Amino acid sequence: MHFVVCIKQVPDTMDITINPETNTLQRDGVASIINPFDMYAIEEAIRLREKLGGQVTALSMGPPQAESALREAISMGVDNAVLLSDRAFIGSDTWATSYTLATAIRKLGDYSVILCGKQAADGDTAQVGPGIAEHLDLPQITYVRKIEKMTPDLIVAQRMLEEGVEVLEAELPCVLTVVKEINKPRLPSLKNIMNARKAPITHWQAKDLACDTSKLGLEGSLTKVLTVFSPPPRSSGEVMTGEADQIVHALVDKIKEAIITAAL
Amino acid sequence: QAQGVAQDLNDYYDVWIFAEQKNGVVQPIAYELLGEGRKLADTLGMSLCAVLIGHDIQKQVTALTSRGADRVHLVDRAELAYFQDEPYANVLSELVRRHKPAILLYGATSIGRSLAPRVAVAVNAGLTADCTGLSIVPETGDLLQTRPTFGGNIMATIISPDNRPQMATVRHKVMKEAEVVEGHNGEIVLEKIASELLRSRTRRLRFEPEQETTMNIAEANIIVSGGRGLQKPENFKLIRDLAEVLGAGVGSSRAAVDAGWIPYSHQVGQTGKTVCPKIYIACGISGQIQHLAGMSSSDLIIAINKDPDAPIFKFANYGLVGDLFTIVPLLTKEFKNLLGK
Ligand SMILES: Cc1cc2nc3c(=O)[nH]c(=O)nc-3n(C[C@H](O)[C@H](O)[C@H](O)COP(=O)(O)OP(=O)(O)OC[C@H]3O[C@@H](n4cnc5c(N)ncnc54)[C@H](O)[C@@H]3O)c2cc1C
Ligand SMILES: Cc1cc2nc3c(=O)[nH]c(=O)nc-3n(C[C@H](O)[C@H](O)[C@H](O)COP(=O)(O)OP(=O)(O)OC[C@H]3O[C@@H](n4cnc5c(N)ncnc54)[C@H](O)[C@@H]3O)c2cc1C
Repeated sequence: MHFVVCIKQVPDTMDITINPETNTLQRDGVASIINPFDMYAIEEAIRLREKLGGQVTALSMGPPQAESALREAISMGVDNAVLLSDRAFIGSDTWATSYTLATAIRKLGDYSVILCGKQAADGDTAQVGPGIAEHLDLPQITYVRKIEKMTPDLIVAQRMLEEGVEVLEAELPCVLTVVKEINKPRLPSLKNIMNARKAPITHWQAKDLACDTSKLGLEGSLTKVLTVFSPPPRSSGEVMTGEADQIVHALVDKIKEAIITAAL
Repeated sequence: QAQGVAQDLNDYYDVWIFAEQKNGVVQPIAYELLGEGRKLADTLGMSLCAVLIGHDIQKQVTALTSRGADRVHLVDRAELAYFQDEPYANVLSELVRRHKPAILLYGATSIGRSLAPRVAVAVNAGLTADCTGLSIVPETGDLLQTRPTFGGNIMATIISPDNRPQMATVRHKVMKEAEVVEGHNGEIVLEKIASELLRSRTRRLRFEPEQETTMNIAEANIIVSGGRGLQKPENFKLIRDLAEVLGAGVGSSRAAVDAGWIPYSHQVGQTGKTVCPKIYIACGISGQIQHLAGMSSSDLIIAINKDPDAPIFKFANYGLVGDLFTIVPLLTKEFKNLLGK
């Protein structure tokens, strides 16, 4: 079976600021990591391959330095890695991102399961997984916290919803987005990290994909980021110290109204 | 013109909301969308419409019209009794093609966030995620969509100028619920749907309701959260007791989840849930950036921590320095008196 994992490289900290002169995000000098949710997707794909056989391909769209995310995935045990990097992809929103990834997945071919993280830590939309499913006309199971069963043409998985767990059966191929509860990602051995440094990575550009170039990047994006700004700072709070019963009294006095309204 | 598809934007009219229902009952998020949708529709001089998809739900229509919906598009089929990704996306995409709304809003719920991106791809629409602010550009009628990203550290304002409908998911508890308007009536449109759109390649085998929770934290007005400072799982009882008095949801930090003290569904933060309650009470939580990512846009934050230098105090409106094992039970007692319980 062929398991495809989509991974996004994101900044290591979300403590990103805005350059006041250009009004753009200040990302320089911020180290990058694999999107935390995608680590669970990678681990799950590897476990599925260990159980069912086949291969795992990690796929990332991003700048050339996203290669390091793919190398980390290889060190964990991914078999193949593909980087989609091209100026034409720059500025993609989730429509264009999911289109580009879907086109690449079609080119990889013969896929059984496509795994994504629940959402990316930076863009935070959770839209790319379902977007890929729609572009490829596949069923989807979002927020997967456990895979109960998998055969070459069927999956049974637990999906986390607000008020409980829904257990779904789906035909394969299928798109999954996974949450943290699904597993504990392995730490790669030093030897695997060394080997991953030299491992081959496939590079695809727009011209390598059977795609409609008007659907890529900024041009293909239906949303435009107009402005970015820092949220208004939270009014610096009041810190209360002293005897417990006194500060509790003082607090309750101050928030009485708010509590009565909210507790209704 | 994005994607080279010439679309006459003037063909697209009215403000739509997706009225999420569970077990045949319209969810509160739909009322929040109606509240916000009303303002947008009035600004644009358009009608406010709701889409209601389910089975045997005609009774629920008045819940929507009485809160301001001028029209309800009702799809009533046994196959649609509960949410299923593919048929719901197919049906909604079909209705968008049929009626061409200018704006379509969804709740940023588990369902909304699974459904909306499929519809967006199917109908070629831009989709802005998890909005906390919406307004109209007077000159163009474009929808300005403001949303937090980077775990709440950056706000972005987004538009979809060249395509319709302009779609957005809207975060819980940010917009005010529409009130019942005495005597407001709406039209009901019964939609016919071709059976092939109801095909699903997934099938629900079981549903296991969450045992532990008293309340879904995404919908809670008040959340009481516990962290590593609780020291052991039994001590979550202190948190639950306070939550019960307040009618609040129970949240937690990842440290408490990873220690196995409480299920993952309660985790607030970057790899957990994003919540936006009126009041968030953090007990024995240090306030690491990944936790803040999930709760920093709460209206009122109260923190209880014995370490006066805990980072959470920089974000809390009120910080109580002291031992949670003394303070939390005192709070429970005080609130019990206050609320006459
Ligand atoms: C401030 C800001 C706000 C934005 N708001 C929006 C918005 O509201 N709507 C919108 O359409 N776009 C928006 N974008 C653009 C969006 O961030 C990008 O399209 C991004 O490429 C994918 O979206 P995401 O980060 O939200 O990923 P998500 O959809 O949250 O990611 C889910 C999963 O999809 C996979 N995935 C995502 N991106 C990639 C990738 N490049 N390569 C491989 N796998 C991937 C991963 O498995 C990931 O876990 C915004 C961008 C910025 C900078
Ligand atoms: C990729 C990634 C994703 C993450 N995602 C999340 C996430 O989604 N959510 C999340 O919460 N974390 C997340 N984390 C973890 C986060 O970095 C912190 O480790 C975690 O939030 C700490 O939890 P805590 O505040 O309960 O524990 P601690 O940081 O250990 O804090 C415990 C606090 O309790 C106080 N305390 C102890 N005893 C008492 C007492 N008797 N009375 C009062 N106060 C007391 C201490 O002073 C301390 O401040 C993530 C981390 C990473 C790397």
